[in-house]
Amino acid sequence: MCSDCKKSDLTLLDGIIDELGTDSGSLITVLQRAQEVYGYLPTDVMYAVAERLGVSPAHVMGVATFYTQFRLTPVGRHLIMLCKGTACHVNGADSIEKAVCGELGIKDGETTADGLFSLKTVACLGCCSLSPVMMIDEETYGSLTPASAVEIIKKIKEHESK
Amino acid sequence: MSIRAVVGEGSCGIAAGAHSVYNALKASASENGFAVGITGCIGMCFAEPIVDIYDGARLLKRLVRVSADDVHAITEFIVSGDPSAVGHLEITSAESAFLNKQTRIALRHCGIIDPESIADYKEAGGYGALKKVLAEMTPEEVIEEIKISGLAGRGGAGFPTWFKWNAARNADGDEKYLICNADEGDPGAFMDRAVIESDPHMLIEGMLIAAYAIGAKDAFVYVRAEYPLAVERLKKAIADAEAQHFVGDNILGTGFCCRIRIKAGAGAFVCGEETALIESLEGKRGMPRLKPPFPAQSGYKNKPSNINNVETFANVSYIIEKGGVNFASLGTEGSKGTKVFALTGKIKRGGLVEIPMGLTLRDVIFDIGGGVRDGGEFKAVQMGGPSGGCIPAEKLDTPIDYKALAATGAIMGSGGMVVTDSSTCMVNMARFFLDFTKKESCGKCVHCRIGTSRMFEILTRITEGMGEDGDIEKLEELCDGIKAGALCGLGQTAPNPVLTTLRYFRAEYEAHIKEKRCPAGECAALRRYTINADKCRGCTLCAKKCPVGAINGEVKKAHVIDNEKCIKCGSCAEACRFGAVEMC
Repeated sequence: MCSDCKKSDLTLLDGIIDELGTDSGSLITVLQRAQEVYGYLPTDVMYAVAERLGVSPAHVMGVATFYTQFRLTPVGRHLIMLCKGTACHVNGADSIEKAVCGELGIKDGETTADGLFSLKTVACLGCCSLSPVMMIDEETYGSLTPASAVEIIKKIKEHESK
Repeated sequence: MSIRAVVGEGSCGIAAGAHSVYNALKASASENGFAVGITGCIGMCFAEPIVDIYDGARLLKRLVRVSADDVHAITEFIVSGDPSAVGHLEITSAESAFLNKQTRIALRHCGIIDPESIADYKEAGGYGALKKVLAEMTPEEVIEEIKISGLAGRGGAGFPTWFKWNAARNADGDEKYLICNADEGDPGAFMDRAVIESDPHMLIEGMLIAAYAIGAKDAFVYVRAEYPLAVERLKKAIADAEAQHFVGDNILGTGFCCRIRIKAGAGAFVCGEETALIESLEGKRGMPRLKPPFPAQSGYKNKPSNINNVETFANVSYIIEKGGVNFASLGTEGSKGTKVFALTGKIKRGGLVEIPMGLTLRDVIFDIGGGVRDGGEFKAVQMGGPSGGCIPAEKLDTPIDYKALAATGAIMGSGGMVVTDSSTCMVNMARFFLDFTKKESCGKCVHCRIGTSRMFEILTRITEGMGEDGDIEKLEELCDGIKAGALCGLGQTAPNPVLTTLRYFRAEYEAHIKEKRCPAGECAALRRYTINADKCRGCTLCAKKCPVGAINGEVKKAHVIDNEKCIKCGSCAEACRFGAVEMC
């Protein structure tokens, strides 16, 4: 087991394993459900999943790092998914990214020091006709300009500081 | 009078605000005696949110770009019958022309039926083809009908569907699997999502017919995790179909059994490759397997498996109902039926388009899509995503046909069609796709893993004005190496965006390398903004619009751009009313 990692409540895994079974073929689904519960995949949770599914921790880590959906660190309160699909690229997604990064002081894949925002660029959100697009939490914002993207983030910040 | 207001609630519509329109209509409906329903994607993404007003089955009005504030006008129209109440919302005839050249088979119920209602699907003739197959046809006859239709895989490769089904049917063993590839990873393509969100039962029916033909009792839909609405609607559709004995044991009392399960992908483009998808279904890293053996011999759990994509299955019930000959009467010699495209980018009317094969690119982009938006000039259309290429203006009369498109260096692909105008840099476009394939390469083959990284580095260097003599030749050498040395389709086709842009836009590469100039004006490193002090009135608008605070200056005095801070987004140039911001 890992010696230096934090202690997660591993009983939360019981319901997931009961439902999905211990077949190693369920690994991806188990990790998806675990991430829903814990918000990300803590190391001790991955060890526990490995043990219960009868696969090596390296195998679990291999799968967790292969797929972009899995996060190994906690995510900020607001997750910004910035679309960089082809239609968004053609319509200026690069300058939206620069403006958002400038406003937040972080790069793709990082979380702000206050834990408020995480930024993740994604390949395609499938709302190409609204490009360039970003999604913050469940809300989709389309036809962005660098200024409007910054404005949206500033509004969320303002709301949070109240 | 039975008036019904139907809101288009696909993901695009919802993102544009359709659900708040739905809620507002719902609130008004109970007071004013009309019904409110939902439908899937109508395909006119450019006009979302869309509300159709029906009297019985007759479409009275199609209203576009509707907001919740428009609901009182809609109510007034429904109550009084006065068309002027919604005149400002009504779709124009020019916009309606979007549908004129289309022939809809895979999308034939999209935007018409309620995707959450099995009754709606059955009323539209749904599950009739399944009944016919189970009552009247042997598996061999089903495969023969698909063979006559000429249906080819719509996921990109265009392999004959009947051949795969036949191979899986003839493979040894009783345990066989049917898999639907709904891992639509090509950025800029969203037709599979739209089909699942708008007509999930048609996918289910197509899969059941295929399962019957190959002899599978278990079927999976491997769907992108980024498509939550599609997953939700498919789940409900499977449950409803089970309740009515279309899915599960002893289907319709015929003894045929097939259950359908959903597996959510976890985000990996390479899982669109069929053997990588199988690895992922088995809970592993999605890394492609060596072929042969093909999945038809040894696929999921090393058992015979057949994989088709969503759009392929969406054509099956039509072929069974109307006959393979009918389907084959559409299209060209080598490409039968219709194809769905997601028309996006710098296009006036973007959305989902289904056309008979054989129409030209010009028909789709100009007649259906209305051409380039904002008065721009057409430069190229990108087809086939990271595996495809850019087709230039002089090839616009190319027919939509597997062979004819392949001859341009692009591919039919899964149906992404991204239009670019003169402001799009083709070198940066190639760089964009190599960035994508570099990140998505699974790492198994050296040529793909390292080759795509080296190509990305060279392309980055060129777009940053540091290109060197010999870079083009290096790119070409890497293209050849990756094509020859990669195991799977992702690697083998990864050089295509570079090869096609080199073929048609070589001068643009040379301008970057030799003159340190980006002819499209897109490459930020080769661009610099300055304020012409003679023209600047000191209105401060540019400073207010600058998202990074790079513009300084006092009111009524000339402003200055700090080029260290400037991200070259061009917001200042757009904002300036005096033409004082100059780009060089």
